[in-house]
Amino acid sequence: MSKAALCSDRVLLNDWHVVADLTNLSSDEPFHTRLLGADLTIHSRGRYDKEVVRNDTGTLVKSTKRYGFLWACLGKPERDIVFVPEAEEGDRHLVTGGSIAVRVSGLRAVENFLDMGHFPFVHTGWLGDEPHTEVAPYKVELTAADELVATECQFYQPVASPTAKEGFIVDYVYKVIRPYTVALYKSNPVQKHRLDVITLFVQPVDEDNCVAHPFLCYLKEGIDEAGIRSFMQLIFAQDKPILENQVPKRLPLDPRAETPIRADAVAVLYRRWLRDKSVTYGAIPARM
Amino acid sequence: MLDTAKTRWHPIAASYDLPFRHVFHGQLLGREFAVWRADDGYINVWENRCLHRGVRLSIGINDGRELKCQYHGWRYSNRTAGCTYIPAHPADAPARTITNRTFAAVERYGLVWSAEEPQGEVPELPGFAEGELLTLRGIAVNAPADAVAARLRSYRFQPTGQIDGSDAKVTVEAANDFSVALRAVEGSSTTLAVFFVQPVDSNRSVIRGVLEGRAEGAVRMAVLHHHNDRLSKLRDVVEREAVARPAPAPLEPVIERVSPELAEMPEETKHGRKATIRVEVARKWQAADGIAGFELRPIRGLLPTFQPGAHIDVHMPNGLIRQYSITNGPGESESYVIGVKLEKESKGGSICMHETLRQGDVLAISEPRNNFPLRRDAVKTIFIAGGIGITPLIAMAQALHNQNLAFDLHYFAQNEAQLAFPEKTSGLGGALKPHLGLTPEATGAKLREILANYQPGRHLYLCGPGPMLEAARNVATEAGWPEAAVHFEYFKNTNKIDDSSSFEVALARSCVTLKVPAGRTILDVMREAGVDMPSSCEQGACGTCLATVIEGEPDHQDVYLNDAERKSGTKIMTCVSRAKSARLVLDL
Ligand code: FES
Ligand SMILES: [Fe+2]
Repeated sequence: MSKAALCSDRVLLNDWHVVADLTNLSSDEPFHTRLLGADLTIHSRGRYDKEVVRNDTGTLVKSTKRYGFLWACLGKPERDIVFVPEAEEGDRHLVTGGSIAVRVSGLRAVENFLDMGHFPFVHTGWLGDEPHTEVAPYKVELTAADELVATECQFYQPVASPTAKEGFIVDYVYKVIRPYTVALYKSNPVQKHRLDVITLFVQPVDEDNCVAHPFLCYLKEGIDEAGIRSFMQLIFAQDKPILENQVPKRLPLDPRAETPIRADAVAVLYRRWLRDKSVTYGAIPARM
Repeated sequence: MLDTAKTRWHPIAASYDLPFRHVFHGQLLGREFAVWRADDGYINVWENRCLHRGVRLSIGINDGRELKCQYHGWRYSNRTAGCTYIPAHPADAPARTITNRTFAAVERYGLVWSAEEPQGEVPELPGFAEGELLTLRGIAVNAPADAVAARLRSYRFQPTGQIDGSDAKVTVEAANDFSVALRAVEGSSTTLAVFFVQPVDSNRSVIRGVLEGRAEGAVRMAVLHHHNDRLSKLRDVVEREAVARPAPAPLEPVIERVSPELAEMPEETKHGRKATIRVEVARKWQAADGIAGFELRPIRGLLPTFQPGAHIDVHMPNGLIRQYSITNGPGESESYVIGVKLEKESKGGSICMHETLRQGDVLAISEPRNNFPLRRDAVKTIFIAGGIGITPLIAMAQALHNQNLAFDLHYFAQNEAQLAFPEKTSGLGGALKPHLGLTPEATGAKLREILANYQPGRHLYLCGPGPMLEAARNVATEAGWPEAAVHFEYFKNTNKIDDSSSFEVALARSCVTLKVPAGRTILDVMREAGVDMPSSCEQGACGTCLATVIEGEPDHQDVYLNDAERKSGTKIMTCVSRAKSARLVLDL
């Protein structure tokens, strides 16, 4: 990778970001990665002791472990790591879904995660199927906690989850928690009143690259961890080549850069929300 | 040098780069193109970016008529690059102005030429007759175009007739920044070669060579080999020189912004009854007994993008205006084909079309408008056409057929000779089901048979004479078809219009209140007050002059709205309908 621009957005510098799945770290070899344009080396001393060092300054970077990931903060942490309440529930598998590197801005990856319209075309036969292409109207709002929530999202899916046996209309709720963190809640095919949760922690590698780290909290009934993981990897492998062909790679915040439709209501709000938060890293700011 | 390069024609692909239903990724001066040939032979050179979310269209699907984006399945028409369908919103007709940027394309000398802002013509190669030449394989070089062109002046090669020889004399016949013409002579053999350098980016080029004279079989292979070898060596030299110099910054083409209206996902643009396009009757023929077919070609430029179900207003030489559906299949964008039935009680419209109009005549038409949009998310679609009602349904059936979606087209007519456009319907195979010479009773029975067993996910489209439409709608209701699954279009409104009421109309957004007296329509009164409102048939059949009612009780007299829409009281056709209440508030 070539040298990347460093980030100067405070909201991002002073936040925690996933930099590695703990299962990928070995104590024999240092692990190299990049966060917000800064090259990092992760040293493992034994199983528990991890150290993150910035290559350019040689200084130690704040780090901690949670949900099976190693997290780092380049600045002064202003808030804690995103809290996932479902991770506390005993009857769920907690699975890290394999880290997927994608050559596109992480903000584009978040937007893709919020998008139902692509299911029949990109996840054909799994999350959607032609001709069932309609995105019915749904609700989006900004909560008091400054999160974006889309509710009443519905989509016909032939194989909505690893345990689904037949197609049905799936209910979704989406939540954008931080600029690079987004979660999705969908009805469990067995216990229809409970929700499976996928939280996507996107590591902003630099402006044009990201690593998607999915964290799945799935009800255990009728499914094993390996099934969840391979399903997730299949789905992400389908998104990757499309995302890598988005031009430009960074997310344009100018409303006239692309053509939104009603189905994109949540994306429109997401872009506006990023603008209001002055997030520029991974974005192309709107012209005034 | 690169600043004048934008106005020149450059090769961007070889003809062999555009095989059947392929999409080629081209690039010129840093700008990427999606290049594809439609089944009708037309070469499309487009900005390589879907207007929706920026995904490269070069990874899209060329179905021979349209290009489909991989991400959300938006479809763009051959020639116009206008979006014809947005699958996430199957019931909407996309705004016609969602149109991708297109670039000029000319195919010559086995190469496809384009330019960002072309001036003049594609370079003329005297002595190079089409078909009497050999197009070499393109050689990609990581170096600026002028450096490549400079090196090409000293390129050495053997004339085609002496390909195994070794001491041809090569002279430069002409050269500029982007091309070099060289002649090789050995003995009595002589070959003229012209090399064009395509500036891909500031530091990338492609050498595209053309040789005079045809070569076949083994000779052809030997010649291609010969140049491939030597040009590859030349490439290595130029690239070595190029790495020794600092690399120029990559070019950054400006991508145009979409219009402010599109950024807001607007309602359709508003305009009155305007005939903005001039067309020539390129062909007039008998499409069936009593039905004339007309092929209308633009006098200049391209016709606007149409969608299945769309109609145009035709302004006739005698001053009348009539609506006709476009029968074209997807991507058939060179001309519009319409069908006109000679009406027994013609008020002058169909007579004029049939008797006065001739091949070569010029007509004014409106832009296509689609008030009868086709959903393409049905598990199965049933089309029922009566007589000339076939015209919009032919366009729809071809669209579904092209996408391999399930449908049946039931076509009711008196006899075989009355079945219109057989050349179009024959391509539909077994989905076309003609029902000939049925009495009204037998028609009713047939409709009951067709519409029995409603299943969720099915949609029904009806077009034909009023009585048949009424019958079919009633049968559908009895058979359990929900209203939302039944779509229809009447040719005309046969209701007797009662315009005796007088009432007030308040326009909420324009903040005006108007009085509509007996004998005048809402549309008239609004237009007089300067409110621009589109219209087409002006008899409550086509759906163009629809307005949203905020308050008051409409007195519906149209045939466009379905019962649920009427009952909801939220929509009104302003050309014929009126108010039962003393006042109507419209969202205008
Ligand atoms: S990006 Fe092309 S259809 Fe959405
Ligand atoms: Fe996806």
